[in-house]
Amino acid sequence: MQTTLDPEAAAAVSADLTEPTPAPERLREWLSRLGPFVALALVVLTFTILSDTPARFLSPFNLRIVLSQTVIVAVGAVGMTAIIVSGGIDLSVGGIIALSGVVTALLLRSGLAPVTAVLAGIVAGGAVGLLNGLIVTRMKVVPFIATLGTMEIARGAAKWLAHEQTVNTPETWVGSLLVTFPTPSWLIVSPGVWTALGLAVLAAAVLRGTVFGRRIFALGSNEAAARACGIDTDRLKLWIYGLSGLLFGLSGVFQLSRLRQGDPTVAVGIELDIIAAVVIGGASLFGGEGSILGSIVGALIMAFLRNGCQQMGWPNYVQEIMIGSIIVLAVAFDRWRTGRAA
Amino acid sequence: MSTPAPVPAPSAPDATRGPYALEIRGVEKRFGATRALDGVRLAVRPGEVHALIGENGAGKSTLMNVLAGALRPDAGEVRVEGRPYAPADPLEARRAGIALIHQELSLCPHLTVAENVLLGVESARWGKVDGPESRRRTSALLELFGHPDLAPDRRVGDLPIAAQQVVEICRAMSADARIVLMDEPTSSLQRDDVQRLFSLVRRLSARGIAVIYISHFLEEVREIAEHYTVLRDGRSVDSGALAGVTNDHLIAQMVGRPVRGLFPERPAAENTRPEVLLEVRGLVAPPALRHASFELRRGEILGIAGLMGSGRSEMVRALFGLDAPAGGEVRLGGEVLALQGTRGSPGARVRQGVGYLSEDRKGEGLALPMSIADNLTLTRFSATSRRGGWLDLRRQRRAAAALIGALGVRGARTPDQPVGTLSGGNQQKVAIGRLLHQEAEVLLLDEPTRGIDIGSKVQVYETITGAAAAGKAVLLVSSYLPELFGLCDRLAVMSRGRLSAARPTAEWTPERVLAVAIGTGSDELDPEDHADHA
Repeated sequence: MQTTLDPEAAAAVSADLTEPTPAPERLREWLSRLGPFVALALVVLTFTILSDTPARFLSPFNLRIVLSQTVIVAVGAVGMTAIIVSGGIDLSVGGIIALSGVVTALLLRSGLAPVTAVLAGIVAGGAVGLLNGLIVTRMKVVPFIATLGTMEIARGAAKWLAHEQTVNTPETWVGSLLVTFPTPSWLIVSPGVWTALGLAVLAAAVLRGTVFGRRIFALGSNEAAARACGIDTDRLKLWIYGLSGLLFGLSGVFQLSRLRQGDPTVAVGIELDIIAAVVIGGASLFGGEGSILGSIVGALIMAFLRNGCQQMGWPNYVQEIMIGSIIVLAVAFDRWRTGRAA
Repeated sequence: MSTPAPVPAPSAPDATRGPYALEIRGVEKRFGATRALDGVRLAVRPGEVHALIGENGAGKSTLMNVLAGALRPDAGEVRVEGRPYAPADPLEARRAGIALIHQELSLCPHLTVAENVLLGVESARWGKVDGPESRRRTSALLELFGHPDLAPDRRVGDLPIAAQQVVEICRAMSADARIVLMDEPTSSLQRDDVQRLFSLVRRLSARGIAVIYISHFLEEVREIAEHYTVLRDGRSVDSGALAGVTNDHLIAQMVGRPVRGLFPERPAAENTRPEVLLEVRGLVAPPALRHASFELRRGEILGIAGLMGSGRSEMVRALFGLDAPAGGEVRLGGEVLALQGTRGSPGARVRQGVGYLSEDRKGEGLALPMSIADNLTLTRFSATSRRGGWLDLRRQRRAAAALIGALGVRGARTPDQPVGTLSGGNQQKVAIGRLLHQEAEVLLLDEPTRGIDIGSKVQVYETITGAAAAGKAVLLVSSYLPELFGLCDRLAVMSRGRLSAARPTAEWTPERVLAVAIGTGSDELDPEDHADHA
């Protein structure tokens, strides 16, 4: 009751601010950063122990497969991280992946240079992303609904362009982006894995170190404050959704590369995997929190889980139940952690 | 961006000549039928700290929003440093050198101190944040305001509120503010922090920056400001130098409103004292509510006065089980009520015969898209349903129609109409009607007439006095003094989380209530005065 008048308490408060970050908070921060890594280690460890042939689960061969399987979700998760950090959400990823895959496949089939076809696929994704941004900023539709709509629109457009059939593509380098044994062999892992890694490093640097990146955090942390500080929040959102759309388009190219054909019915529900990866990686769906590194680890957790279950010969539903449980546990752990700190 | 501190060099403010930093003439703003601002005049010199005082609802916040570019006035003229000023949005206001520091802080909790301070005016090279330069600029600002100890790399969400306020002020200065508007900046601060804030304000003033300081607390105002303007009912009614006026004069100017025949006649309290229905002893719900004790009898209307944020609403919420109290005892009809768990939940309170009217009609009070009938019968569907949980729609409609008639709800063509289609005043009648349908014995009414028109107010007053006459016990929380004086048998005043002793209304004057509420009449507020269990 008398604390308001206690000069010692007041002095303690101000002394507390001198340190850049006090020890308990630093510990809390580390816990939150380490959380996804611990979960990843647990998943890998569990399957190594459970597996009759641990050597096979941890073999370079299997690791290459897991990494290649992660690429599509990981590239999507890079874009989704930016969107979720900004306080938004994008459900149109599956539709974008189908559309961009079909666009790329059609152009490949028509004999265009693979580079052009791939760029066109990526741009198609960017266009849908920009559309998302326009709907959110100009028509004032909340991101959840806006992207729910464009999810269907992009999916429909893909089916329309492909005449509701899969589009076969000629043999080009596009088909070998996610191969297990890349040529030249000194690449060790597929070009897709290197691309995803490069993009993740770049995006992490942008989010952490640039004005653009910090404004994305500001937008998600307190949109009203960001606007009051003179940030053009609408234009910022257009950039976020547009750039992320480009990344989703690239995911679509990788999807095409894996299937070797453009399939307008592919990747249904993949946005939920991607959102799960981002959330497992420590992002808050309320915005302001999240990291590329965490999201990539989240994507790896899911890939290892899928791969492990396949290796064990477990049915699909086991994977689904486990992934669902991990999503819930990851967020529950986060709540518990922040709740205790408060 | 190599200037050490993006703050204008101190210029000696000339209080007698030169243009005003800010000049407001005849500004008006209407919301529907309500005149929130009805001719405001205000002039502030550079370097002056100008207090803007007035009761809740006098128009202070509206005026601040007009200045900060969040609202456009309907009429009048604003000049900043002699030039016409009509910001289209907050960004333009910031560019013109106007910074608003809200009652609630508007920072990005996830970002660091430096990122918050420089948000929108970052130091960057090729788009990359220049970390050392950002820290340097932030440290320079922090040093300027006597807080070199605040580390620029700290996450703002982890800082105490007082430190966050420093960050917010530094942010205002990072954009070269010439005029700083502070909307009740001390309402969330403790005493030492208030002193720190004052030293910040003095530094602003010393740099030639004009500060408009909104507060209810007269002693604070006297400590920090030289001049004042009183707003009442959207009008500037009085202004001048604080040195020349007494607190009584200021309070009279703030209250100065004739009480007209708005209130129904009530029979004088008889000597027979009816039974005590609700008895509250030492109720505590930190941080807002520090101590509250009172008793409430059948047929009585007990008024709770006090400023917004003083803990009034928190007391009512704690009583109704919306927020768990930390301590205290509540008896209803002699029986001790559980304060925690399901037996202390709002659902349990409803069953025990307690009705609650939220101050936030749109957020908590009504389900706006649902029908009037559903809203009226929501808390006691059992009265209008058959066995097995099936609603008897005809019975529900009939009950609703009867209440609509009794409450004088206008604009209700049918009970099935969404309640959101009614005007605010008529919505409020429905919200109160729900407590009647619930047949609550104790009515906890939090600001039952806030923001509604006079006609609806009169109707609401009749409903409240009618309920009291029917033997219900009414707790009436209000910011509107005439209504407390016009309706209540007894009054108690909440000030900074402590409820004064309840005294018969005749023993109070509006001036006395306001003095206790703003803490100049602290003799009333000694907790020992009423904490002892009689």
